[in-house]
Amino acid sequence: MARAEVRGVPAAPGIAIGTVARLGAVTARRRVAGAPAQEAAALVFAISAAIGELTALAGATGSDAAGIVEFQVAMLQDPALRAPALDAIAAFVPADAAWAEALARQVADYEAAEDAYFRARAADLRDLAQRVLRHLGAATALPEVPPGAILLAEDLTPSLFLQSDWRGGGIALAAGSPASHVAMLARARGVPMVVGLGMVEATAGEAAVLDGGAGLLLLGPDDADRSRLAAPPAPDRSALLHRPAVTAAGRKVAVLLNVSDPGELDELDPAMCDGVGLVRTELLFAAGPPDEDTQVRAYRRFLDWAGGRPVTIRTLDAGGDKPVPGLSVAGEADPFLGQRGLRLSLARPEVFTVQLRALVRAAAHGTLHIMLPMVTVPEELQAARALLAEAAADIGRPAPPLGIMVEVPAAALAIGRFDAAFFAIGTNDLVQYVTASARDIAAVAPLADPRNPAVLRLIAEVAVHGARTGREVSVCGDAAGDPALVPLLLDAGIARLSMAPNAVGEVKAAIAAHGREGTMP
Amino acid sequence: MSEAVAITHPTGLHARPAVKLTMLAKTFPVPVELALAAEGPWIDAKSVVKVMGLKAPCGAVLHVRAADPAAVAALVDLVRRGFDDGAG
Repeated sequence: MARAEVRGVPAAPGIAIGTVARLGAVTARRRVAGAPAQEAAALVFAISAAIGELTALAGATGSDAAGIVEFQVAMLQDPALRAPALDAIAAFVPADAAWAEALARQVADYEAAEDAYFRARAADLRDLAQRVLRHLGAATALPEVPPGAILLAEDLTPSLFLQSDWRGGGIALAAGSPASHVAMLARARGVPMVVGLGMVEATAGEAAVLDGGAGLLLLGPDDADRSRLAAPPAPDRSALLHRPAVTAAGRKVAVLLNVSDPGELDELDPAMCDGVGLVRTELLFAAGPPDEDTQVRAYRRFLDWAGGRPVTIRTLDAGGDKPVPGLSVAGEADPFLGQRGLRLSLARPEVFTVQLRALVRAAAHGTLHIMLPMVTVPEELQAARALLAEAAADIGRPAPPLGIMVEVPAAALAIGRFDAAFFAIGTNDLVQYVTASARDIAAVAPLADPRNPAVLRLIAEVAVHGARTGREVSVCGDAAGDPALVPLLLDAGIARLSMAPNAVGEVKAAIAAHGREGTMP
Repeated sequence: MSEAVAITHPTGLHARPAVKLTMLAKTFPVPVELALAAEGPWIDAKSVVKVMGLKAPCGAVLHVRAADPAAVAALVDLVRRGFDDGAG
C-alpha cells in the first residue's frame, strides 16, 4: 500500500515512476497579464511597493547604504524610468516583460559607460529591475527540473515545460487545467500529467508513481503498487510509422500532426505524416503579440520541416482557457462562451492583420493553409477573408487558402452557409458545446464524450457536405489521436486525422485494423 | 539664462550628487535644464534618470539654464560646493 493516494484530473496519459521534485510557489506562479490599463496599474503598483520596501530598508541601514537606497528610490520615483515600460504596455506588452526590457536597456547603457563610477550603477539598476519584478509576481529565473523526476508544483509555465527533460518523468500540479498549453504539450510529448491535485503533502526525493490516465498520484508506493501500475510494454509500431495509412478495406486516410512549438518537430521525421493539420499559435503569443518578422520566422520553421507537405496554421485562438497577455479579455464570467478565437481577432484587427501579413509572407516558403478558430456565422469568415485579401494585396502575394474550424454547433449545423476552402472539426470544443460540459470541470467530464451520437452525427454531416462540395474535412481534436475513437471517425466519413505526434503509430495501427472484420466497407 | 560650472566632485555627477541636484531643481516651479555643452542637448534637471544619463565625470563642465536666475544660481552653487559631500 502506498503511503498516500491523491486523486486529481487526468491531463496527459502515461505512467511515471520516480521521485518527487518540488517547485516553490513563487517561481512556478504564472502571471496572467490583463489589458494595457490593468498592466500599467500593476506596474505602477509594483513600483510603489518596491519604493515602500526600499524606504523601510533605508531607515534600518547605515548612512552609506542609505545613500544608495535613496538613489534607488529617486530612480524609481522618476517618471522617466518607467516611461519606456509604460509605452510598451500601451503597445500590449505585459507589465513584467515591458519593465524587464526597459531596465535591461538602462543596465546596458550604464555598463557601456567610460567612467567606472557610472559602470558600477548597472548593479543598482539590475537590483531595481528584480525588486519590481518580484512585486509583479514574475518569476525572476527559471528553476530546473531534474530529469526523470515527478514534478510537484502549483502550476507550470510553457517555457519551463519546454526547457526541461521529461523523459521518464511526470507532472503533478496542485492547480492547472487539462486544457492548458502545458497539458497539450504534455500529451504531444507523451509526458504523464495530472492537474487539480490540491494541496499535496510530499517531500522532495520521496518515491512516487503518477498515473496520468487515471489522474492519480501515489506517494511512497510499494512493489505491489509499482507492478500494478507499471505500463505494459508498448507494441512496436515502427514498421507502420513511415507507411501511408490505409484501412483494411483499402481506404486511404491522411495522418497529420498537431503542434504548438517548432521544437516539437526537431526529432521527428516528416515522412511519418502527410502534413501538419494544426499549428497552434498561442504559444508564440504567450508573452504578448510578436512582431510580423518574428511571426514569419516562426511559421517558416514549420514549413521548412514539412518539406512541401501542407501545413495548416490556425490564427490566434486566444481567450477561453488560453489567455494571451494584453489581448484576451480577463474576468469574463464564462470565457468559453466569451470573446475568444476569431471573435477576439476581429475585435483587434491591428493585431490580427499582423498575423495575416506574416502568414501571407511565410506562404512563399511552402504549402500553407490558414485556419480560423471559433467561427460562428459566415459574416466572420467574410470579414477575415477581407482582411486577408487586403494583407495579400498590400504585400503583393496571393492569399493562402482560408478554412475554418468547425467547433461551434451553429457552424456545424449550418455548414452549407460557410464558403470556406476546407473544414477542420475541433472535437474538444464541439463536444464541450454540444454536450454543455465545460472542458475544465472534472465533475462533468463523463458527459463530455465524443461518442455521443449527437456529436458523431454532426461530424458525419460535415464530412458528407465536404465530400459533396469538394472540400477537405479533417478532425483535429483529441479524438483524432485516440485509437479507440478513430474507427468511429472513419465510420462517420472522415479521411483526414490530425493528432499529437506521439499518437501517430497507434492511430495508424487502428486505421490498418479498421474494416478487417467487415464492419464497414 | 544659463551658466557653466566645472564639476569638482571626485565621482562626478553621480548617484548621490545627482539625487541632491534633482531635489534642489524640483524646489523651483520653472523648468530647469542641464547640458554638457552650451549648444545642448538639454535634459530635465528634475529627472534623476536623465541627470545620471549625462554620465558627467569629475572635471566635466556642466551648463545650467532656467528662466529663473535664482534656480541657475542655486544649482551652480551646489555643484561648486562639491554637493556638500566631502567624500564621494
